Amino acid sequence: MGSMKIQEALAVALRRAATELPEDVVGALQSARQRETSSMGAAQLDAILENVSVAREGSIPMCQDTGIQTFFVEAGVDSPFLRDLKGWIEQAVSKATADIPLRPNTVDPFTGKNPGDNSGRYMPFINWDLVEGSDVMISVLPKGGGSENMSTLKMLSPGVGIKGIKKTVIEHIVSCQGKPCPPTVVGLGIGGGADIAMKLGKKAVLRKLGSTNPLPEAAALEKELLELANETGVGPMGVGGATTCLAVHVEHAHRHPASLPLGILVQCWADRRAQVRLHADGSAEVIA
Amino acid sequence: MKREITLPVQPEEVREWRVGDLLFLTGTIFTARDEAHLLMLEKEESGEGIPFDPSQMALFHCGPVVAKAGDGWKVIAAGPTTSIRMELFEDKYLETFRPPIIIGKGGMADRTQAALESVGAVYTHYTGGAGALAAKRITAVKGVEWLEELGMPEAAWFFEVEAFGPLLVTMDAAGNNLYKDLEPTIAENLRNTLARIDAG
Repeated sequence: MGSMKIQEALAVALRRAATELPEDVVGALQSARQRETSSMGAAQLDAILENVSVAREGSIPMCQDTGIQTFFVEAGVDSPFLRDLKGWIEQAVSKATADIPLRPNTVDPFTGKNPGDNSGRYMPFINWDLVEGSDVMISVLPKGGGSENMSTLKMLSPGVGIKGIKKTVIEHIVSCQGKPCPPTVVGLGIGGGADIAMKLGKKAVLRKLGSTNPLPEAAALEKELLELANETGVGPMGVGGATTCLAVHVEHAHRHPASLPLGILVQCWADRRAQVRLHADGSAEVIA
Repeated sequence: MKREITLPVQPEEVREWRVGDLLFLTGTIFTARDEAHLLMLEKEESGEGIPFDPSQMALFHCGPVVAKAGDGWKVIAAGPTTSIRMELFEDKYLETFRPPIIIGKGGMADRTQAALESVGAVYTHYTGGAGALAAKRITAVKGVEWLEELGMPEAAWFFEVEAFGPLLVTMDAAGNNLYKDLEPTIAENLRNTLARIDAG
């Protein structure tokens, strides 16, 4: 994809996220279909894969719940655009809501009023990280309500250790049954504090499927939890089968000695995401 | 068993269907989520009534994305929403309005199961998130109720559908429940897995 204006790049990224499931996710779903031994589970994966093709071919949203548009921005401290970026993102979401269209999902918790363009107090939500350099990397993660409702925070006793984390995660995945639209991608945030663990968990969901955690202990935990999750038999959409999760991703932070926060962020099979890189000269590109 | 069904259907016919059956519906279905359920029950209780007969259609737990197209509407995406939220009032809804088929995802609980048995209805599971595929099988939007008050996702939309499915019957009118059938196996798998983690 060539270079374009930031407004255009954000529009392309929002449309791509809503309508084209990333190749790594499609690949994981296809492997799951090949492995599936339950006929009812296989029927679910077939419907998902057919749905993904229909959406891509027609450039229409792959799920009616086009989610809350959540952004992760790694902002280079030398970028000249930090003042403008929030406004650009808000405008892009409002415009994409009308153009694609996206479902207007933001609702005032007190009045129930829906502004109709996915705007509102703190919406779209932007997570900011400052990094070196003059480039800005903007990731969009449209996240549906069904899977977000299955996300949870567990404040574990540090004494339970990594074993305790494993048990808690598997118990949680089983307790969710079909509600988060499995096969899911599970992001785990370990450590930090209550808010940090949840944020890290959501960030973990952004990672590409099939990528390996650079920390060997975390990579081993991801691999083991994925295997264990798929032994539960919950299966695609909870109707029974061999694949309950497509991936488990871990992010971690140092913790307080008295706390072992565990954020469990559950993402549905529609693990939608896209990224834009904005350069200091004002040119931008959609890179995923 | 695969069943191609043309709506409306009678409860006597629905009582024959079993967990594991795959339905493909042709006819009229309507959407209702939390707010539309509550509003309809309220209108019925106040004596005002509602302007259509749910017993002639299928009830779809869905908040679609719909766009204006000329004088009418076009469905962009319309997959199922999580049904368990409606457990609070679905038994009352079934007994009041008698829709013979519920389409949703994730299954429902005991109160709904009992109401399905008493009115002769089934709960079917449609693949979660398959909104584009669903939209492809919706041939026309026949109308919408309460769009102003409830907004696009919560309004009651009326869809003409053709071979809408696959809808997997997971709760039937004879008291069978796929989710309940799976529970012992999943519980045993979980016990084994937790024991292995402890030993590991």
